[in-house]
Amino acid sequence: MPDANDVKPSRLAPPPVTRRSFLSLSALVSFLAAMGTALAGVLRLPKPTVEPGPVRRYKVGHPEQFPLGAETLFAEENFVVRRDAAGIYAIATTCTHLGCAVARTSEGFACPCHGSKFADNGRVLAGPAPRPLPWLEISRAADGQLVVYVDREVPPGTHFPV
Amino acid sequence: MATTAPPSETISATQEFLSNLRQLPRNLKDAWFRLGRVPGSEREESQATFHNLFLHLHSVRVHRRTLSPSLTLGLGLIATFSFVVLVITGLLLMIYYKPSTALAYPSMKDIHYVVATGRFIRNLHRWAAHIMVIAVFAHMARVFFTASYKRPREFNWLVGLGLLVLTLALSFTGYLLPYDQLAYWATTIGANIANSPRELTDALGITPYFDPGGLQKRLLLGAQTVGEDSLIRFYVLHVFLLPLLLVILLSVHFWRIRKDGGLARPEDPAGGWAEWGGKMQRVFEPLATKTYGLMAVVRGRRPPVNRGPEGTVMSWPHLFWAELAVFMLTIAITLVLSFYIDAPLKELANPAVPENPAKAPWYFLGLQELVSYSAFMGGLVIPSIAVIGLALIPFLDRRPGGEGVWFGTPGERTVAWQSLLFGLASTVGMLAFTVNFGWLRNWFPEIHQLWIIAINPGSILVVLFAGWSLWVLRRRNSVRLAAVALFTCFLVGFVVLTYFATVHRGPNWQFYWWPSQWPVH
Repeated sequence: MPDANDVKPSRLAPPPVTRRSFLSLSALVSFLAAMGTALAGVLRLPKPTVEPGPVRRYKVGHPEQFPLGAETLFAEENFVVRRDAAGIYAIATTCTHLGCAVARTSEGFACPCHGSKFADNGRVLAGPAPRPLPWLEISRAADGQLVVYVDREVPPGTHFPV
Repeated sequence: MATTAPPSETISATQEFLSNLRQLPRNLKDAWFRLGRVPGSEREESQATFHNLFLHLHSVRVHRRTLSPSLTLGLGLIATFSFVVLVITGLLLMIYYKPSTALAYPSMKDIHYVVATGRFIRNLHRWAAHIMVIAVFAHMARVFFTASYKRPREFNWLVGLGLLVLTLALSFTGYLLPYDQLAYWATTIGANIANSPRELTDALGITPYFDPGGLQKRLLLGAQTVGEDSLIRFYVLHVFLLPLLLVILLSVHFWRIRKDGGLARPEDPAGGWAEWGGKMQRVFEPLATKTYGLMAVVRGRRPPVNRGPEGTVMSWPHLFWAELAVFMLTIAITLVLSFYIDAPLKELANPAVPENPAKAPWYFLGLQELVSYSAFMGGLVIPSIAVIGLALIPFLDRRPGGEGVWFGTPGERTVAWQSLLFGLASTVGMLAFTVNFGWLRNWFPEIHQLWIIAINPGSILVVLFAGWSLWVLRRRNSVRLAAVALFTCFLVGFVVLTYFATVHRGPNWQFYWWPSQWPVH
């Protein structure tokens, strides 16, 4: 009958772990866990909790200022406002490719940076732009003026009834 | 050494003090220049090297091959020295530059027009940056084509790759700081390239749940658009974080050169007669009994400490003269360029009207051409493939041979020429086709974005290059030659795309044969 100490270490009967190596390993693991947690906490900081940029919500005027069939370009704010029979709508003039401001052309819009072309209603005609120009949400402020939200997209064809 | 009178009972403390005061200049000089004269013997030359913190980065003796200008072309040194110029001129610019959207541009105007030597210092900063980028790319190509990444230098190749990425990141972050039109729109484009995974997530309709692109853009800009928050982030990255990381990696890079046994070179002949410096010289047997490798002094099978002195010369003065010469050359080129050509400063940033064409710095223009097919594929996927591919080279090509010799593997020169022609033909052909016939969206206006991400001139070029490399792998039965094929193709593609976007892309990213043909507004 072999002694228990003579049993060869195997996968089923691994060599005993000493208290010292167990404690060392535990210390190391807890050190790594602490550093990892600290790192995650440190890296959380650069992600802004609130958008510190300018509030991109603009009062554009009263509905009467937008006559039927006319188009008003807000170059600084990067959108156009138009009115047709169904109402008023706004389309962003920031290219969906890499964010350049698009220029008005006879057929619609054209991006100077990488040559994307868009139709009047924002549909992509040519170039690398992955998406149509977004239509923007419009609401009416308490003083009766229309407000355009540049960061809020609505499905194309959404009109603000007036 | 100075002979200071030993304190003795016979002289008073006052006398001793006065005597020390008289000898002060001489003792000061001795404290600074410990040897006190130009080293006269090899022993003193060794001491000159390793008794100085800055010189002791070098080994005391250096192999003749390492000093051969045709091996290294001094490219790593040029990159390092241009970084030194960048640190010094950058510190000077920081004295006047103000990182806020309202003050950045006016302070640049001040530096340009008011500050004494301001324009020149800024020009130096600009030109040194260009030279550093060129030198870093060329250095990588040199190391590749001399097979110097092979064991035991795999790790240093990775460190070098990190330095390449850091160099480009430094250039990119520096680009925003003037806050002129060029800066604003180049940064807008760059930030939206970081945003471009949205191209994929939008096409799959999962952006509201999983938006890595938006996260990257927010981390980079700190806001939705380039503004105050972006400027301060870029400033901190450019003047502190990235230079710090670069200095750390650079130290590791130098340290590894020493630890890997100096620059890569062929094994020296082990005894007998060999040609050195144009004549036959006696070569000593290596001292096989000493195993410096076991002492962990250096890596490599035959470390230089293990052999006779025939192949090496003293670092002082030979290596230091060479380094000084490269330093002077770098400074001279930078000074001349800065004297004649001013760094551009456009109008104040205007978020309403982009520059037309809005071009990135030249080393990103190849990418900008790819981006003009698909932002996600050209701006993120292909650069990632390139960096990962570069990182894997020393781990996929592990057969020793050809280290430290230009095109040292048999057949390498042929493959490099063939790949150059193949890369040139496919890139030029692809560009000509795209310019003449357009791409998928011109033929199928309603095509799904996923098709454009997957199949565009950029991705087709990558597939062509990979196919060529695999063909070389099978045909030549050599991993090294396949790597040469792929590397050469990517290098040629990079150069051709950069040239094409620089010269032949005009307003609205249209093709023009020459910038003089651009329409005048």
